[in-house]
Amino acid sequence: MLGRRAFLAGAALALAQGKALAATSAPLPKAEQVGDGLWVVRGADEPIAWGNGGAIANSVILDAPAGAVLIDPGPSRLYGQALGRLAQRLCSKKVGMVLITHLHPDHAMGACAFDPAIVHALPQTRKDIGEQGSDFADALYRILAGAMQGTTVLTPQGDLAAGPLDAMGRGLQLYALNGHSAGDLVVLDEQTQALITGDLVFHNRAPATPHARIDQWQDSLSKLEAIPHRLLIPGHGPLDTGGEALAQTRDWLGWVQDSLQRAVDSGLDMVEAGALPIPDRFAPLRQARYEWQRSVAHFYAGLETQALPIL
Amino acid sequence: MAGASLAAASPCAAESALPADPLASPMWAYRAGEILDGKPVVFDGKVQLSIPMLAENQRQFPVMADARALQGVVRLLIWADLNPIPLAVDYRPVQALPVIATRIKLDQRTPVRAAAQTADGVWHMAGAWVDAAGGGCSAPPLSRARGDWADHLGELRGRLWFSPQALRLRFSLRHPMDTGLVANIPAFHIDQVAVKDADGNVLGELRLQASVAEDPAFTLEFAPALRGVVIEARDTSGHDSRGQLMVEKP
Repeated sequence: MLGRRAFLAGAALALAQGKALAATSAPLPKAEQVGDGLWVVRGADEPIAWGNGGAIANSVILDAPAGAVLIDPGPSRLYGQALGRLAQRLCSKKVGMVLITHLHPDHAMGACAFDPAIVHALPQTRKDIGEQGSDFADALYRILAGAMQGTTVLTPQGDLAAGPLDAMGRGLQLYALNGHSAGDLVVLDEQTQALITGDLVFHNRAPATPHARIDQWQDSLSKLEAIPHRLLIPGHGPLDTGGEALAQTRDWLGWVQDSLQRAVDSGLDMVEAGALPIPDRFAPLRQARYEWQRSVAHFYAGLETQALPIL
Repeated sequence: MAGASLAAASPCAAESALPADPLASPMWAYRAGEILDGKPVVFDGKVQLSIPMLAENQRQFPVMADARALQGVVRLLIWADLNPIPLAVDYRPVQALPVIATRIKLDQRTPVRAAAQTADGVWHMAGAWVDAAGGGCSAPPLSRARGDWADHLGELRGRLWFSPQALRLRFSLRHPMDTGLVANIPAFHIDQVAVKDADGNVLGELRLQASVAEDPAFTLEFAPALRGVVIEARDTSGHDSRGQLMVEKP
């Protein structure tokens, strides 16, 4: 896989040295303005797949006095570059700061389109990407192939901490939480009171649990509920102004946890657990069956160990 | 030797008797020839292969093979055509219901199959293509990466669930299930499991290959009148595990 990455990186370089076709002719992703100097670029509410190029997570662009601020640069170098051009068009400024909310590749791998010195994350996220980034790269190259051309693992600066951050002259409040992963960054934009939650909150799209600790995640949701905000931008799914996304994420996680435990306790096998009915109230959630079966894969063996006594 | 007898014994003759593979697997004829002993094959809706919609973990892919709609099932197999170790489970449900669930390794995108042999020798088959990332068989097991595989080797866990239809047994064993395909780690796996009743009569026998997932777990079913089971397992180095479970009648 390294060989293929190196080859594709080389191909991208050759292209850049030529007419830079890929970098200039690809259509820009669509930005939706949701506040003063605040845009959301919506990911597809789908699994990572060939057809969407891995662009399934929401990205956020902020217009700050000294440069554009980009939160979650997407899955690939090409997508990160496209977000950079989009930010330039919207803000008439270059991207001067990139924030990564957590380790997952649909949010983080586009960071390699930027100068490593301007890419920031929590220390935990730096550690996680350092340890798992190349496995994520392998997984995305397998699924996405050409859309990943030139993408390499960029380990962000692990220099963010809870508290205020002067982001190129725009005031942000940072929260260092966990539960969806071991390190989940949440950003409150002071000017618009928009809460940018990363994957601690999903909206009308079932939450993903590959590195989740559900108890911690529920605690983090309680902390988010206590932060006054006018608008919530989830990691996946449409933005929310009515508190629905937080409640929905909490409801889904509670259902997942209860259902897994009930399935194990009633003697179901993993296949049977994955086929259990999903309550009607989750009908608005895209990818519900897919994420439920992923959660079964993530948690079932561990729960079995607790439920089956040693003989 | 006469030409006629040579032709009858040749693989080509056996292959021509095989039905076309609904999955169009590149390895169908080869694997069928290797595994099915030249017996007749039918693709049969009475055998159900239940799997998740995605292989989230290629080291641990859940598979349920259910031939309860057939009478007189003597063997139940689970295999993956394109795995380097294709046949994962060979189950003889001697005095058990012909259903088994476990988790297998997938080394790449492959057809996964369930095959139930009835007493007349006929194989009844079901299958599906599964997309999977590579390395299920060729990456070291997690317990070797953690380093604690020897601390729990052969540890047996289990529990019974009683219903009017069946007595269900779920059990798991701690074992690295080394495939021999990882550098400097020879093949080392549980290869025999027997489930018996309290009097020592065999209820079901499993022959396992290392393409069964690390820390293998199984779901089996028996007649509801059964009072309890004894589980006996042995790995390729001769380590034995044994455990007993009795039904707690209400």
